[in-house]
Formats: sequence, structure tokens, C-alpha cells
Amino acid sequence: MKFVSFHLMPYRQLDLAAAREHRSTWVVLPNSFYDPVKGAEEYAAYIDFLVDCERLGFDCISVNEHHQNAYGLMPAPNLIASALIQRTKHIKIAVLGRALPLVSNPVTIAEEFAMLDNLSRGRLVCGFVRGIGAEYHSTGVNPYFSHERFHEAHDLIIKAWTQPGPFAFEGQHFNLRYVNLWPRPYQQPHPPVWIPSQGSTETVVWASHPDRRYPFMVTFSAGDVVARNLNAYRDQARKYGYEPEDGQFGWACPVYVAETDERARAEAGAAVESLFNDFLRMPIEMLIPPGYTSQQSMQNFFKGRSVIGAPTRITADFLIDSQTALIGSPRTVRDKIEAMRDKTGLGILLPMFQFGILSDDLARRSIEMFAAEVMPHLQTAVTKEMA
Amino acid sequence: MAAEVSSVEVRDITIRLHRAGAGQKLLFLHGAGGLAQWLPFFDDLAEGYELLVPEHPGFGASGDAAWIRNISDMAMFYLELAEALGIDQAHLVGHSLGGWIAAEMLVRDRARFDSLTLLAPAGIRVEGVISGDNFIWGPEERIRNLFHDQAFAEQLLGLELTEEQRNLQLRNLFAATKLGWQPRWYDPDLERWLHRIKLPSLVVWGADDKLFPREYGALWRERLPDSRLITIDQCGHIPHVEKREVVSREVREFLKGVA
Repeated sequence: MKFVSFHLMPYRQLDLAAAREHRSTWVVLPNSFYDPVKGAEEYAAYIDFLVDCERLGFDCISVNEHHQNAYGLMPAPNLIASALIQRTKHIKIAVLGRALPLVSNPVTIAEEFAMLDNLSRGRLVCGFVRGIGAEYHSTGVNPYFSHERFHEAHDLIIKAWTQPGPFAFEGQHFNLRYVNLWPRPYQQPHPPVWIPSQGSTETVVWASHPDRRYPFMVTFSAGDVVARNLNAYRDQARKYGYEPEDGQFGWACPVYVAETDERARAEAGAAVESLFNDFLRMPIEMLIPPGYTSQQSMQNFFKGRSVIGAPTRITADFLIDSQTALIGSPRTVRDKIEAMRDKTGLGILLPMFQFGILSDDLARRSIEMFAAEVMPHLQTAVTKEMA
Repeated sequence: MAAEVSSVEVRDITIRLHRAGAGQKLLFLHGAGGLAQWLPFFDDLAEGYELLVPEHPGFGASGDAAWIRNISDMAMFYLELAEALGIDQAHLVGHSLGGWIAAEMLVRDRARFDSLTLLAPAGIRVEGVISGDNFIWGPEERIRNLFHDQAFAEQLLGLELTEEQRNLQLRNLFAATKLGWQPRWYDPDLERWLHRIKLPSLVVWGADDKLFPREYGALWRERLPDSRLITIDQCGHIPHVEKREVVSREVREFLKGVA
């Protein structure tokens, strides 16, 4: 199994009680809540934390993109990735991901990723996402065309990476007379592409297609939903007539380990509650604007049990018991990861060690213990070489 | 009065059409909320006119087509529908999204119509006066913000909707998003061509419209060459529901004056 240390870079200094007076922690939370002096400290601490993952033996470190919120301070994740490249030697760096439909010219994404791939001499992993619903409010992009724009931007970027330029690209949303990438990507034919997802059927069918076989990362879902979605991907791959590799199955979730289950729960409980109840707090109108998912998916959502955007407060106990977060002793956490691996063929775990208001000290203690007592049992020599 | 319901095929789209009354044809284009029910206002219009109320492509019980991608497509579609229904020397009335479609039709081709009535239409913007954001409003807020008199909102909020009705609302919301999300409820090109609508025009606005503030009505009045603006006190975004009597009277008088 490969281990990807994932970070959102939340604004921990947020006045949670005052922020609750606003409709959401996204889009409309006044940016007067952000103190640049404190924010600068956060960036420095988070970058140090990720850099240290190389020493701890992780295969990969990872950042992602979000806009106009206190949940993740990386509207431009490539800037962070660039800093990480300069401070690390061998570890892979994953940007999971860039939100393709939100830009007016996807070639800029192809260019920046190609630059990072060159700067890192081929250590880059590229994530492609559609952004979350709230970002269609903050960018103004019409969610009705989200899927169209994603697929068109994806095709354009892959073509820009792999086809000799210049060429013309003729799309519905993106029309370019001259596509001619300088620099070309370092990895050939192009850097690995991963697809983080909440697990919609459309994404499973698309990502698992034999032309793509993109690793599929289920994010922030209850354990049974993760297993169901990963197995849906496997079933779909078999329908296509091939057997997927372990490296196509990923799971991203908050992780915290301490000496005992009780201690872990006591130390991480408030932080994991702040992640789901405060930093992810948004009404349905922001979470899934019309067209962001199909009408059928939206109808199902009202009957479903997503933990994001839930109307009532979610407890740490629920998040732990439902395995939305892996919180417990090293033994407990290892058992749960192994159980998921046995159920799904999971090959990539993306633990997020800092979440919500969790302090640097606690996050650091947890990741050291994880790296010493959980990871070595699961991270085979073979996968280490692959990394 | 009961409306007669039929289906018409225009290109590859089947449109659900409600029809009532007899006389000169009057085409009514509904707003983004769809045609949830037959309104008393329609009965008022059907007295003396043949009232035609289609459900838009993508809305309610009408079909849809992938080639309808924006407001221009809707306008061209309705010009085709008018032709298919033999509409000539008719009156055109539109509410909100429907008013926007009506104006987009007439800047392109006004030959089949004698007048235009706009009830709180979308379609243009007044710089510096931001419209309300119905896409971020919650389900209750969205209804409350349509009315000045909250008794109307309470009545709607009190309705027990079936799953089918909720799914239809969702369908309408998807179609409205396609047309109105970006730029939000207006077409940057429309305003500079409104002088082309050389028809008697009536613009009706609620003084307390929380979606499109009353300043929007004033700009329509300014840009339409032969128009009158009526602003109704203590009235929100659906004047023909909230102030049915005065709106019916004014519209009927206006239409009579045109003939």
C-alpha cells in the first residue's frame, strides 16, 4: 500500500462561534475573519509538516484547491507544490486536484502542471476535480455545464501533454487556435492522473474506462460508502474487461492515532467535529447547485446519508464509528485499514493528519506514531520501490 | 375556467400547452418557477382573448433538447412555436424568465405581435443594483423573498408536495440554472437592442421585488421606445399573483388600448 499524506491547510484561527452567524464557512464568510499574520504562520507550519513526511517514509505528500473559504487556504495549490518541490528530494507530490471546469483556459493548468513536473524531475501526480458546489457560486461558472467543461478541459489537457504542438482545439466551451505547450511534461507520456471523488456513478464509469484507468480516491465518506464506491469501480472495470490494480483504489480520510482508542478520541474529537460541522458547513444550495450532479443524483442525495452538509451536528462518535475518520490506537487504525484493503483491494491511503482545529503538536505526535507503528506493517518494500 | 391541455411538437420538442378563452391570441410565457398551477390571473386574461400558456422546454411537463443551451435558443424556439401555432397579431405577456424570453424574441422578430407586457422580467441589469440571488437562497427563503405579503409565502410553504411535484420543481430549477446562472439573469447584449421593440409595451413591477429591485423597471421603461411602467406598492416579484386585481385591470386596459 502507498501512503499519501494529505493536507487541506485550514484556517485554524477561525472564530468558530462568530463564523456560525453566517450562512456558511464558504463563499459568504467575510474575509475580515482572516488575519494575515496568523495565516502566514499557518502556511509556514503546514509546509514544514508536509516536508517532514519525506523523513517519516511517506510515498507522497498532497495538497488541493479550494476557493473563498476557511476550510482550505489553497486557491492556488501549485504555489504550495512548488515550495514543497524545493524542500524535498525524492517524495512524490500530488496536487489533488485542480478544478478543471472553473478556469476559462485549461491550458494554463496543463502548463503549470508541466512546469511542476519539470521542476520536480517527474515527482508530480496530477488530480483532476470539478471543484465543490460552493465554488460554482464563488467563481460564477454555471454548474449546469460542470460535467461538459470537465470532460472538455480534461481532453484538452491530455492532448496538450501528449500531442505535438501546435494544434487547434475545437470545443463547446474552450476554443483555441494554437495549443503548443512549453514546457512539455517531464514524465512520459504524461504525469499520473488521479481522480478524487465523492463517488458518483458518472465519475466511476468515466475514470475506470480502459483508455484512462485513473486511480480513484474516495474522499470524506463513511467506511461502507467508501467500500461500495471502490467496489463499484472494480465492477465497472471488470465490465470493461480488465482487472484493476491495487494502485487504482484510494481512500482519503482524517486519521489520528494515540496510545489508546480513548486517548485518540479525547484528543481528536473536537477537531474532527470542527472539520465536518464548521469548516464544511454549507447549505445544500451551495453543496450541490443544480447540474453539479445529475437530477437523479440530487434526488437520491435528499434520501442519502452524506456526512457533508448534513443538517444536524455530527458527533465525533458518529464519524469514528462510521469510519468517516480513522481515530484510535495504532492497532485499531491498522485493523480498519487492513479490513478496508481486504474488502476493496485498497492500494492507496490518503490520511489527513491535520484536520479542523487540530494543533501542530497533536498532529505531529499522531503522524510520528502512525509512521512508526501503522505504516510499516502495510507499506510493502515493493510499493516503496514503486514510489 | 378550465384550461384545455394539449401537446404541440416544435422541432424535436413536445410542448405542453394550456389554452383558454376565445378571441385575439395572447401568448403568456411563465417564470423560472414553472407553471405549478393554473392561476386566477389566467382566467382574467382569457376573458376576451385566446390565452396560450406553453410550458418552456426543460420545464414542467414539456420535453427538452440538448441543443437549447441559452436564452437565444429559447427565443428562437418560441419564434418557431409562434409560427407553428399560427400566432399572428397577438399579444405577448411574460413574467420574470418568461419576460426575458419575450424581449429576446421581439428584438429578433416582432412581426407576429401587437404588444408586449412584461411582469418583473429578467434580462437586463442595472449596474450598482445587485439582483437577489435565488440560487443561494434556501427553500423557504426562496419562497418568502418572492412576496411582500408573507401570507402568500405561508400558503405555499404550507402545501404538502408529492415526490413527483418536488421532482418537477427540481427539474425547473435545473432548466432555470442553465439559462440564468451566468451572467446572473441577464443577457449583456439585450439592453442595447431593446429600441427595436417598436410596440406598445407595459412594464409592471412590485415596489418590494427582492429578486429584481424596482430600479430594473425604470431601466426597462427607459429602453423600450413605447412603454409605460406601473410600480405597485406592497408587492413582490409575482405581481399578477400578489396584486392580481390591479394587475389584471391594468393589463386588460392596456391591451384594449392597443387594439
